[in-house]
Amino acid sequence: MFKYENILQTISMIEQQKLDIRTITMGISLTDCADGNGERAREKIYEKIVRKAEHLVETGRLIEREYGIPIIHKRISVTPVSIVAGASDDKDYVAFARTLDRAAAQVGVNFIGGFSALVHKGYTKGDEVLIRSIPQALAETETVCSSVNVGSTKTGINMDAVKQMGRVISETARLTAKKDSIGCAKLVVFANAVEDNPFMAGAFHGVGEPDCVINVGVSGPGVVKRALEECKGAPFDVVAETIKKTAFQVTRVGQLVASEASRRLKVPFGIVDLSLAPTPAVGDSIARILEEMGLEACGAPGTTAALALLNDAVKKGGVMASSHVGGLSGAFIPVSEDEGMIQAAKTGALSLEKLEAMTCVCSVGLDMIAIPGDTSSQTISGIIADEAAIGVINNKTTAVRLIPAVGKKVGDEVNFGGLLGSAPIMSVNAFGCGAFIERGGRIPAPIHSMRN
Amino acid sequence: MKAVITVLGRDKIGIIYHVTKVLAENKVNVLDISQTILQDYFTMVMIVDIKESSLKFEQLQQKLDETASQMDLSIRIQHQEIFDSMHRL
Repeated sequence: MFKYENILQTISMIEQQKLDIRTITMGISLTDCADGNGERAREKIYEKIVRKAEHLVETGRLIEREYGIPIIHKRISVTPVSIVAGASDDKDYVAFARTLDRAAAQVGVNFIGGFSALVHKGYTKGDEVLIRSIPQALAETETVCSSVNVGSTKTGINMDAVKQMGRVISETARLTAKKDSIGCAKLVVFANAVEDNPFMAGAFHGVGEPDCVINVGVSGPGVVKRALEECKGAPFDVVAETIKKTAFQVTRVGQLVASEASRRLKVPFGIVDLSLAPTPAVGDSIARILEEMGLEACGAPGTTAALALLNDAVKKGGVMASSHVGGLSGAFIPVSEDEGMIQAAKTGALSLEKLEAMTCVCSVGLDMIAIPGDTSSQTISGIIADEAAIGVINNKTTAVRLIPAVGKKVGDEVNFGGLLGSAPIMSVNAFGCGAFIERGGRIPAPIHSMRN
Repeated sequence: MKAVITVLGRDKIGIIYHVTKVLAENKVNVLDISQTILQDYFTMVMIVDIKESSLKFEQLQQKLDETASQMDLSIRIQHQEIFDSMHRL
């Protein structure tokens, strides 16, 4: 028998420290839905998603009840639609997005990811059509998430795609201007995108994945923060050990839920993603963990080192707790989705440049950052290029999810509600990069034998 | 199949009686009980065996929810594995 204090500790983690399973994401391959006739392809896509995910939400709910652990989201990721839709002669893939939206509504998931294209080396016809369709697709649908991979360590950075994505983000912001440009919250530009990420908005089901798979993303910033409160003033060795132990416990719950979901749904278990994912709720913040280590505010000197330690210790603790670890696995720093980050951005402690530095040592990137609506597409492309370069050179995933909020300027605020949260508009370096972005072409893949 | 029941709330007469009544009526066997009172706050942890239970897990949970609201308590029942996985290698 275990000790009663262990039982009470678990319950307090769930009740007071907001330990939860952030998402059970079912990955579904759509490669067998490709068809020369777009209409027919969409029928196959709808039918397959609804068939595979029919019991996903109910199973998640039952596991939640029986184990007493909240499972916040049940979601679906699919094969990048550019690959599937590319077989058709359609000149626009918005209809494919609507089909995904309809299927998601039918099975009751709150997001479906995979309106995506992988163009790190170049475009296929399907990629071209898909990327052009992104703004309209995100404006017309509720649950569809889109991502585009523009660079990788093996291939370098596709600067034509970087240039285009700046425009796509601006256009998406414009088309969803009435809702604080929320379309951009569902659009991620990646470098080194992973194929088994369960977290939105960047989830898609990679081509190396099986037909159907269950991936689970854990959470638990509140639990780590609480554990660190017990070691005030202690050296970093103690801090790192404490985070490792806590991450181990959090991940074990993720592993349990993943195996149980996999067993009940008769779908193979893929991975547990060890990410610490914050929410806008008080007590569920990554920024507050960093501050607990001794920083006056997130963004102060020392923040990058604190985040590096946190990110590494979470992985070390989590790896042993799960049979298969994957996805993004690290600490997320989405500004609008983290109460402490929001505060830090409001008080001016946290700048875009500091966030960029922080992305060098954690997953994933410049995430959920609201910038002035009049920021030029070229400047957005410049930010994407910088972030992609960090990922490509350092052999890690990086991403950009910026919201150029139409009609808003520095000091204003955007409010998306729910888990997407709210964010102050952050200032962007006003110097231009137009001529740099207009060059186009590809930045070659980096050499990695001389790592200085 | 084992489950863990935790009961938390202000101390009053009959808490154990009302909780175990639901369990006995539904063929749930109590294996172990630990109970303390901290500053008028009643805390009980029970390990129970539910394999003979006539009810599905969720139905049993509903019965306990009813008792919880009648007695103004918090009663939770969870599969034991969640505690196993977090606290044991």
